[in-house]
Amino acid sequence: MTSIETQVLQPYKYGFTTDIDADIVPPGLSEDVIRLISTKKGEPEWMLEWRLKAYRHWLTMREPTWANVKYGPIDYQAISYYAAPKQLPKLDSLDQVDPKLLETFDKLGIPIAEQKRLSGVAVDAVFDSVSVATTFRAELAKHGVIFCPMSEAIREHPDLVKQYLGTVVPTNDNFFAALNSAVFTDGSFAFIPKGVRCPLELSTYFRINASSTGQFERTLIIAEDGSHVSYLEGCSAPTRDENQLHAAVVELVALDNAQIKYSTIQNWYPGDEAGKGGIYNFVTKRGACRGKNSKISWTQVETGSAITWKYPGCLLQGDGSIGEFYSVAVTNHRQQADTGTKMIHIGKNTKSTIVSKGISAGHGQNTYRGLVKIMKGADGARNYSQCDSMLIGSECGAHTFPYIDVRNSTAIMEHEASTSKIGEDQIFYCKQRGLSAEDAVSMIVNGFCKEVFKELPMEFAVEAQNLLGISLEGSVG
Amino acid sequence: MTPPMLEITDLHASVEGNEILRGVSLTVRTGEVHAIMGPNGSGKSTLAQVLAGHPAYAVTAGSVRYDGKDLLDMDPEERAREGIFLAFQYPVSIRGITNSYFLRSAVNAIRKHKGLDELDPLDFLQVLEDKLKVIGWDDSLMNRAVNEGFSGGEKKRNEILQLAVLEPRLSILDETDSGLDIDALKTVAEAVNKLRGPDRSFIVVTHYQRLLNYIVPDHVHVLAEGRIVKSGGKALALALEEKGYDWLKPAAAAGTTA
Repeated sequence: MTSIETQVLQPYKYGFTTDIDADIVPPGLSEDVIRLISTKKGEPEWMLEWRLKAYRHWLTMREPTWANVKYGPIDYQAISYYAAPKQLPKLDSLDQVDPKLLETFDKLGIPIAEQKRLSGVAVDAVFDSVSVATTFRAELAKHGVIFCPMSEAIREHPDLVKQYLGTVVPTNDNFFAALNSAVFTDGSFAFIPKGVRCPLELSTYFRINASSTGQFERTLIIAEDGSHVSYLEGCSAPTRDENQLHAAVVELVALDNAQIKYSTIQNWYPGDEAGKGGIYNFVTKRGACRGKNSKISWTQVETGSAITWKYPGCLLQGDGSIGEFYSVAVTNHRQQADTGTKMIHIGKNTKSTIVSKGISAGHGQNTYRGLVKIMKGADGARNYSQCDSMLIGSECGAHTFPYIDVRNSTAIMEHEASTSKIGEDQIFYCKQRGLSAEDAVSMIVNGFCKEVFKELPMEFAVEAQNLLGISLEGSVG
Repeated sequence: MTPPMLEITDLHASVEGNEILRGVSLTVRTGEVHAIMGPNGSGKSTLAQVLAGHPAYAVTAGSVRYDGKDLLDMDPEERAREGIFLAFQYPVSIRGITNSYFLRSAVNAIRKHKGLDELDPLDFLQVLEDKLKVIGWDDSLMNRAVNEGFSGGEKKRNEILQLAVLEPRLSILDETDSGLDIDALKTVAEAVNKLRGPDRSFIVVTHYQRLLNYIVPDHVHVLAEGRIVKSGGKALALALEEKGYDWLKPAAAAGTTA
C-alpha cells in the first residue's frame, strides 16, 4: 500500500442525535398506516385517495436492480413511516418551537431563530417527518411567493397542489417514487407567481433523527411565467449502525421563460469505514420545462449516503427550453453512488448541458448513468455532456454508462469523458511547494470540481468545498 | 569560509530496488552555485529528487545535513518550508486551480511555518508584482491553471517564477534547460541570475554546458554511474563540452568495486 492509499476513519461531523420525545408510528406499511399519516397531517380526502392509489400500484412493483450498487434486501415492514417531535409548533411563531430543535439546527449551521437567521435565505427546516419551522414567510408573501411545508400546502393551497402534484413524477413512475407517493410526510412547497424574481434564496434542510424510520419527503416547486427562483437543499443524519431509507420525490415545473435553479448539498450519514450503517438515498427528482424558453438547472454535491440512486432530470417540453445538470459525487470508504441525469428533448431548439464529476476514494464505487433522448419533433436539439472521473488510490472504481437515444437527425450531440488519478507525483509537486498532503488533495479535487462549484449559490460554494475536504479526509496518507 | 548549507555524505539511493546513487558526497556553501553534469542515466535527476524527498526513491545509506539538520528525516513539505526548492524537469499540471491561487497557498504554508501572518489575495498580489518586477516578467501565466496546457517553455518559466516568489535558500534546478530554445533559455537564465545572492545557493543539474554560459557556476561536478567522478571550476564544463563524457568513464570504472 502506498501512502496515498492509506485510509483512516473519517469523522462525520453531523452524526449526533437529538434526544427529543417523538410521536413514532410503529413499523410496517399498510393502508391503515397511510390513513393514519393522512389523518395526522389533517389531509383532505382526495389526498388520501391519491396516496392509496399509489400504494396499491406500489404493491405490484418490484424494487429496481439495474443500478450498479450492492446492498442487502430492504424490509419495508421493518421501517417506521412517520416520526415527529411531540408538541408540534405553530409554524407562524418560532417562539413555540422546541428549543432542542432550534439547537439542533443551530448545530447543523442552519440557524432558524429570528436573530440568527442567514440573511438572504429563507429556510424550511424538516425534522424527520415534519417541517418544524419556515423562516421569512411574511417577507416572501409580500412578493406573492408561497414557501411552506408540503403538508400545509395541501391544506391551504389545494388547487395548486392538485394541479401540479404528480404531473412531473407520476405516482407509478418507479418503485421508490410510488412508495414516496403513498407515504410522503413533509418537504417544501414553493410557488413563484408570474413575473416575480424570488427575492430570497429558498432552502430546505432535512434532518433525519429518529432511528428505524425512513424519511420520505416530497418537494414541489412551481415557477410561473417569467419568474426566477433559486432553491437549495441540505441534509444530514445521525451516525448509526443500521441503514435508513430516504426516498424523496422532487418535482419542478417551469412555465414560459421561467427559471429554476435547484442545488443540493447531500451529506447524509455515509456509513463507517467498514461500510456499516449509512443512509440509502433513493431519490427521484425531475423538472418539467413546460413553457417556451424556460430553464431548469440542477446542481448537486453528493458526499454522503451509503448508497445513492439518483438521476435529476429535465423534460424539455417548451420550445427553446434549457436543461442543465452539474454534479459532484464523492464516494469514500464503502460508499456506492449510481447517479446522473435524464435529459429528454421534446420541444424544438432545446438545449441540455451535463457536467458530471465523480470522485472515488477508499473502496468507493462511483457510477455515472445518464440518458440523453432526442424525440422525433425536437428539431435543432443540442446536448453537451462531460463526464470526468477521478480516482484516489487503487481499490476504488469509476464507471460510466451514457445512454444516447436520438430520433431526430438535426440533433447535435457532444460527449466528452475522462478518467484521472491523483498520483504521487501530483501530491509530491504540491508538497515540494510546502503544502500538506491534505491541502494538496483538497486543492486538486476542488480544481477538478470547479466547473460545478461555480454553479452553486455563493453562500454555499464555500460550504461545498469544505464538505468535500471533510469527506475525503484520511483518503491520503 | 562560510558554513556549509548542504552536506551530502556517501549518499546511496535506489528506485524499485535499482541502486542509482552509489556514494555521492558534495558540500554546498551559502551563496554558491554548483552545477551537476553528467551523461544520461548517471543519477543527476535522482539526486535532485532525493534531496526534495520524492517517496519513490529509497535512501539506503549515507547522510544529508541541511543547515546542520538531518534533511533525510524531514518530510518533503517540511524541506520546502525550510527553504528547499526543486524546479522540476517535468512539472505536473493541476486543473481548475490558478497559478496565482496555488502560489499564494504555497507562500502561506511557508509563512505559517515561519510564524508569519498569511497573506490575503491583495497582499499577495503586491508581493507577486514586486517579484515579477525583479525578474522582469509579466503576469500572463498567473491566471491560468497550474501548468495546464502550458508549452514546455512556459512550464519551465513557471518553475522559475515560483522560485522567485517562494524565495528558497537552496534551489535545485533539474534540467531546467531541456526543451528550451535559445531565447527561452536566456530568459530563464537571466531570471535565475537576478535571484542569486549571498544568502542563496543553487544546484543546477544539466546535461549540457550551454546553460552554464548564462548561469555561471562556482563549482562543476560530473556525476557518472551514481558517483561524482570529477569536480572543478567552470572550466570543467567547457572541457566537457569539447570532449564529451567518455574520457571520464575510466575514472568512474576505476572507482567501482566488483
